[in-house]
Amino acid sequence: MLDRRQFLAGAAASATVFSIGRARAANAPGITDKEIKIGQTMPYSGPASAYGVIGKTEAAYFKMLNEQGGVNGRMINLVSLDDAYSPPKTVEQTRRLVEEEKVAFLFQSLGTAPNLAIRDYCNKNRVPQLFISTGASVFSDPAHYKWTMGYNPSYRTEARIYAKHILQTKPNAKIGVLYQNDGFGRDYLSGLKDVLGAAHASMIVKEASYETSEPTVDSQVVSLQGSGADVLVIAATPKFAAQAIRKSYDLGFNGVRYLSNVSPSIAAVLKPAGLEKSKGLITAYYGKDPTDPRWKDGDDMKGWFAFCDKYMRHSTIIDANASYGYVVAMLMAHVLKQCGNDLSRENILAQAANVKDLRLPLMLPGQALNTSPTNYSPIRQMQLANFDGKSWQLFGELIEG
Amino acid sequence: MAVRLAWGLALAFAISSPFWMSGYHLYQFSQVLIYAIALLGLNLLTGYNGQLSLGHGAFFAIGGYGAAILIVKFGLPFWLAIPIASAVCFVAGFLFGFPALRFGGLYLALATFALAVAAPQLLAFKGIDFLTGGSQGLQVPKPGALLGLPMTTDQSVFWLCLIAAVALFVIAGNLVRGRFGRALVAIRDHPIAAESMGVNAALYKTICFGVSALYAGVAGGLDAVAVGFVSPESFGLALSLAFLVGIVVGGLASIGGVLFGALFIEFVPNYADQLTVYFGENAKALPGAVYGLLMILMMAAAPMGIAGLLRSLARASGLRSQ
Repeated sequence: MLDRRQFLAGAAASATVFSIGRARAANAPGITDKEIKIGQTMPYSGPASAYGVIGKTEAAYFKMLNEQGGVNGRMINLVSLDDAYSPPKTVEQTRRLVEEEKVAFLFQSLGTAPNLAIRDYCNKNRVPQLFISTGASVFSDPAHYKWTMGYNPSYRTEARIYAKHILQTKPNAKIGVLYQNDGFGRDYLSGLKDVLGAAHASMIVKEASYETSEPTVDSQVVSLQGSGADVLVIAATPKFAAQAIRKSYDLGFNGVRYLSNVSPSIAAVLKPAGLEKSKGLITAYYGKDPTDPRWKDGDDMKGWFAFCDKYMRHSTIIDANASYGYVVAMLMAHVLKQCGNDLSRENILAQAANVKDLRLPLMLPGQALNTSPTNYSPIRQMQLANFDGKSWQLFGELIEG
Repeated sequence: MAVRLAWGLALAFAISSPFWMSGYHLYQFSQVLIYAIALLGLNLLTGYNGQLSLGHGAFFAIGGYGAAILIVKFGLPFWLAIPIASAVCFVAGFLFGFPALRFGGLYLALATFALAVAAPQLLAFKGIDFLTGGSQGLQVPKPGALLGLPMTTDQSVFWLCLIAAVALFVIAGNLVRGRFGRALVAIRDHPIAAESMGVNAALYKTICFGVSALYAGVAGGLDAVAVGFVSPESFGLALSLAFLVGIVVGGLASIGGVLFGALFIEFVPNYADQLTVYFGENAKALPGAVYGLLMILMMAAAPMGIAGLLRSLARASGLRSQ
């Protein structure tokens, strides 16, 4: 006859066995003792091919890491396939990665539409779709898409930061918004409204949208000026941003102008608009601009230069897309290190959602990355910068959007 | 005889493939069938009728979005949505055929080119985004098993594409062999002579445009279901150009040739991408160059397309055996 003590001991033992069995799911496909195989799609050809350098930089970073011994003794093998920024191709290449190449998970596949096309597939098959390369806010939705995690601070986060700054510095502002009529532009509008809320919604006195097919946005700027706005938020891509900056200056607009961080390029936007006419613009940054001389003596920037010289081309050092890829690759390596020896898909996702106060090279001083099972936006802080006629000058504290 | 044998083998291969191919390869061959249908439509227009279109991606887009909207927003089953969307394409193509009558050759190419350029932007237009989902596109639910038979989604999609393709190939074959086809070719080769023979050139040309758009529409609808997603980026300019590449590589005015064209535009870019592995990570920009080079070699070796090459090979061997 079993007595009570024996019974309990037996039950406890079997419970332990059971729980060990449960806690440790099998390693993901693509994981061996020597290798972690991961995949991504990148637009190496087609209209968005300028972004292809991101994938190249990430591959180069993992190469460097592997030469230094890899992650917990395993080499990272990144299979990066061309999808030409075409969603049907993204679906095909992603299926090849998952079903034929048997990668453990997807890392940094690029583009809003391409990632939307594979999101259901990844979530249905429980393949982590990590740190995807786009600023669309739809990818930080853990409640509905647990296996999909964004990376870039969303346009919405950025707009929230502008709204916070406006409320702080000009509580009686009359805001005019110029926005591109698509997901990108409308994310800004929602971000502003998130912060202004019902109480301050009337601060937005005018919203003017444009289509990318329009030749200029001059008439929109005229109507914004006519509305009596004294704050202008320019949520526009480079060409239209340049037009808006120039036109608003020519019309004698003397309020504050916020410029989307899609368009802060001095060469592509501010010079064509006129440097004098661009004075006083405010934008938001996350991470160090490699062309900014103020950072050049920092150890992290020196590390970046050395990396480019050895693994990329010297000319890459000024490419913001490349330095972006370098930082995300580091984040990925950090997450994999954190996984230890449990490289199941469940644990990889769990560790990706368990980044705590991570500080990485090339991020702004004080900037930390954080994720949790309910927060799939690793970067939430940005810092404002002011254009002084020559370069962008960071000012103030990091602001959380 | 040899041609029939080839068709038989191709069909046997297609019918057997769902039973042994992996899901991923079935998906690829579904894409091949979809491209083949679109190429067939374009070849009727350009190859047989001599009307050059650089904008068939736009009709493909109408078919794709039409089917997606009917399925997602109106809850229609795919087997109803795709034919309805294709009918819309027929009307759109037929109507576009009227202004096309006034453009010859390169001018028509430019007009249709404009269509291809405009399509992605029109699809993202705000006024219709309650239907199209704007730049976010639409997620299309995948079809489950057909007729309650035990099969995976990939298998049902493949069967769907195969059934549509076989039907449309048979119809196109009958069209071009008959009176309609002879009229199309006569208009292409000598419009004045054709008219003096009593062929109503305007009517034939507009109907041909409509039928061609209908084929593109069926392909687009199937694509929306196979991919499970449509967005403006799915139907860029590159798609229209790929179609043109497909019919030229496959062989102008050839029904069977479009299969080779479809295989080419589906697989060659992938292989070009894989070749870059041998040139190191920094050669990621090479696929375009490799693809271009392959196309030049292709045109040098087979100026009449793959179908033309096979035809001349068959003729040469036939002569030798006599």
